[in-house]
Amino acid sequence: MPRTLLIDPVTRIEGHAKITVRLDDAGAVQDTRFHVTEFRGFEAFCRGRSVYEMPALTARTCGICPVSHVLTGAKAGDAVLGVEPPPAARALRRMMNLGQILQSHSLSFFHLSAPDLLLGFDSAPGARNVFGLIDAEPEIARRGIRMRRFGQEVIAALGGRKIHPAWAVPGGVLGNIDPEAVERLRAEHETIVHDAKWAWARYGELVDAHPAEVAAFGDFPSLFFGIVSPDGAWEHHDGLLRFIDAEGNRVGEDFPAERYAEFIGEVADADTYLKSPYHLGAQGGAPVGPQAPGTYRVGPLARVNLAERMGTPLADAALADFRGEFGRVPLGSFHYHGARLIEILACAEQLGELLNDPELGSGPLRAEAGINRLRGVGVSEAPRGTLFHDYRVDEDGRITGVRMIIATGHNNLAMNRTIGQIAEAFVKGPDVAEGALNRIEAGIRAYDPCLSCSTHAVGQMPLVLRVEAADGTLLRELAR
Amino acid sequence: MAGVNLKIDGVEIEAPVGENLMQAATRAGVRVPGLCQLDGLSVVGACRLCMVEIAGTPRPRPACATPVGESMDVHTDTPRLREHRRVLLEMLFAEGQHICAACVASGACELQNLAAELGVDHVNFTPPPTRLEMDLSHPRFGYDPSRCVLCTRCVRACAEVEGAFTWGVAGRGRETHLVADLGVPWGEAESCTSCGKCVSACPVGALFEKGTSVGERRVTRALVSTLTARRDRESHREVLK
Repeated sequence: MPRTLLIDPVTRIEGHAKITVRLDDAGAVQDTRFHVTEFRGFEAFCRGRSVYEMPALTARTCGICPVSHVLTGAKAGDAVLGVEPPPAARALRRMMNLGQILQSHSLSFFHLSAPDLLLGFDSAPGARNVFGLIDAEPEIARRGIRMRRFGQEVIAALGGRKIHPAWAVPGGVLGNIDPEAVERLRAEHETIVHDAKWAWARYGELVDAHPAEVAAFGDFPSLFFGIVSPDGAWEHHDGLLRFIDAEGNRVGEDFPAERYAEFIGEVADADTYLKSPYHLGAQGGAPVGPQAPGTYRVGPLARVNLAERMGTPLADAALADFRGEFGRVPLGSFHYHGARLIEILACAEQLGELLNDPELGSGPLRAEAGINRLRGVGVSEAPRGTLFHDYRVDEDGRITGVRMIIATGHNNLAMNRTIGQIAEAFVKGPDVAEGALNRIEAGIRAYDPCLSCSTHAVGQMPLVLRVEAADGTLLRELAR
Repeated sequence: MAGVNLKIDGVEIEAPVGENLMQAATRAGVRVPGLCQLDGLSVVGACRLCMVEIAGTPRPRPACATPVGESMDVHTDTPRLREHRRVLLEMLFAEGQHICAACVASGACELQNLAAELGVDHVNFTPPPTRLEMDLSHPRFGYDPSRCVLCTRCVRACAEVEGAFTWGVAGRGRETHLVADLGVPWGEAESCTSCGKCVSACPVGALFEKGTSVGERRVTRALVSTLTARRDRESHREVLK
């Protein structure tokens, strides 16, 4: 009899989701679906508000990457004003984004994923969390927490607070960096670079320890998408957008943010609030099924795959090792973890350059202007991937339309395909082992999804796994 | 000047005839909460937050609109008054869309400060489903009706200090709202001198400078009071000549 597995809720990710695994009569995996079960509707209720409020309003989409929304909202606002922020403001915004990526990646890797990677996917669920990690591997937990705190301190030094700093505004930023904080951060910076290097050095060991997971966690060809600097180096905030294919070849020319709609389409499914963006160039039409040709991935692995180099010595050395070991374009989503560690290193190094720049924060911080364009698109790399804010305004600067495309949305098709691959490898019949469910969750977690952002929704991320018969009858439901 | 003797929260003070209880309390070192009162403007008693109890009178009275009287025994901070003020504040919050996280006045907002002072951290009334459009038609200033608490300080500052009479109040009950001139977008109000006194007087973020973002309110509320105080001095000089 056909059956379905349901993981509901999915844990240690941000937001609410469930996963359905449908089995055929023989107990083999027939279909898998990732459903995001919450909805918030920022795109609707921001209408009528002033464009100047948008960075602060959209920051509330999420408590993990408010900074990404603040920065992207401010960039969309810059476009509406038709101004380029002064150089000092741009440097400070970049600095905040580096702090954000550093803190969020540290959270994702050390707090959320390391328990699986270091304690084992089949270890006791009760201890498979950050506290279990502190018991078993206190040094990695300590350094992870320290790196995250450093990233948070960078954000606080600029925005005055660690969470929801409504600091970037259309035209620039509200205030300069706190000079005392610069001294403190400079003093601690070398330790952070050292920690980041130490963490990256352990990645090979994790890959060796989990060959089955490396093979099953979303290892398939797809496009990759994200921002690159004009000279092709790794980039997170200013630059052009690039698609590459699974061999690393550019797909079309690099393009600026405001042209994104020529390259990206979105489809909505009835059973999830998370839309599925896809690459329009692939075959013209919307993607059908999990093998959709327009499927692309964003986030750490995509950025690292897109870049011709990282741009700082230690991160470049790490990138060379990564490519030497796993190829020019590593395709397995397990390697999101490795890419995250390389980016942690790059962020730590680039923050050092900014902290030691004698010009940091000198000069005007804000370009003043009225409403000069009726549409503005902002793009920035959130820790999880490329984030678009697309605003339409009337001549007084009131929002008439908002479109937000969030990293986790870009990865939706890829996440669905990842779940299918893991289920096929680890689910044999309806009596599913806890470790198999955990692997399905971990496969999702490799993308570090933020469902609150991607449906503009709120909450913890409990995951429900449903096992269903081919006719949809619920056979087994596992919830946390 | 003739004076009266009264007690405010047990403090015995002497007050000139004609002074109101809020002024007398301030001199006695007692702060009475309020939103609609602003030194230099006429008194309307609109917000009802400054209600005080007077021994021998059955109902609380607004301190800003009640003149001092001989032998009054006034209490400004009783459990009944605190509860009354909390409910009033909750109703003010429920009537609008007071989202501090996105508001220019956050950190410099009298409503926010009162909520903190009186311990209002939840609103038990259901907010209305209506959405009110921002008026951003003025070249320098914006008006967000969803943040307006209808204190009418702007109306009085415009009429009594600037003499422009741009702002007025229209509608009744929950439909009450500010209008510029005869209900035109602010940017089209011919009477408006763009002086900004209304923005200065606003206790919340309903009137704001365009282009400012969260927590960026720069104008000082003392502006209107300072202007009127200086004008009073000027008129005294005229009399002395």
